Amino acid sequence: MHELSVALSLVQLADDAARQAGASQVIALHLRIGALAGVVPDALRFSFDLAAAGTLVAGARLEIEEVPVRIFCDLCNAEADLPNPQSFVCPICQQPAMRMVQGRELQLISLEVP
Amino acid sequence: MSESPRLVEVRQNVLSKNDQLALELRQRFDQAGVRVINLLSSPGAGKTRLLEETLRQLGTRHRVAALVGDLATDNDARRLARSGAAVRQIETAGMCHLEADMVMGHLEGWHLADFDILFIENVGNLVCPTSYDLGEHGRVVLMAVTEGEDKPLKYPGTFQWANLVLLSKLDMAEAAEFDAAAAHTNIAAVHPGVPIIATSARTGTGMAEWLAWVEDL
Repeated sequence: MHELSVALSLVQLADDAARQAGASQVIALHLRIGALAGVVPDALRFSFDLAAAGTLVAGARLEIEEVPVRIFCDLCNAEADLPNPQSFVCPICQQPAMRMVQGRELQLISLEVP
Repeated sequence: MSESPRLVEVRQNVLSKNDQLALELRQRFDQAGVRVINLLSSPGAGKTRLLEETLRQLGTRHRVAALVGDLATDNDARRLARSGAAVRQIETAGMCHLEADMVMGHLEGWHLADFDILFIENVGNLVCPTSYDLGEHGRVVLMAVTEGEDKPLKYPGTFQWANLVLLSKLDMAEAAEFDAAAAHTNIAAVHPGVPIIATSARTGTGMAEWLAWVEDL
């Protein structure tokens, strides 16, 4: 359960970005969370409300885009999304997937401000 | 009439502050010529026992040090210090993982160039620590044979994060009815190609192979 630590970092990042943009309030945050980021969206939402209190981000909506694990398969010379991160196998050729290109991200993409 | 919201692009890692500090740490480690290993496992998998033996054996030919993270108490640091290595405890006061700034804070007063290899024993937890880069060169996950062969499937992100998987407490494999083939299959399922070394700090099995991995890092 490190979602509170993550939420505090998120709030600080968003608060700084909002100030830099000259905003006095944040309406929504758009996040990308990878399937292997180790962060549970529901736990993050819960922690976020606590962490946001008293900042420009207080009361803002958290829009989370959950992104699947994506691998690059050398044999197929192509990227593919894994249907299941318990099985690192290329969904096209069924060979072991050695290279992950997406799936650990924990990114603040943008803010909506008035 | 209300105006529609304006979109402000950020596109930054939420943990970018930690990432930045980790980058600084890695540069400091590289300048000092010290190789750093981040060691992770669930509580009770035998990190401290393995590290005790590792420090003792490596200490005969390298200058070794360890930072030990724990929620509370400095028991592990006191145990490890018996090996003669330089050891410091990081008490996280309840936090479930180490962050780069804690590592940085606990390096103060140490002359890094005095060390060849630094082990960072993370807090016993298989999820949270993997989000935090500590500036390490090698990431090792320890899994005890008593934990159940399906651990990799339950924590795919952690096993995917590792550069090496150590099976520990091999001397207890029989009592635990450990299915080595299933464990290897499950590790390979979530991280094809990751090296696996089966060890027992008690009997010494696999220690030479593990120490060689450390020295080659």
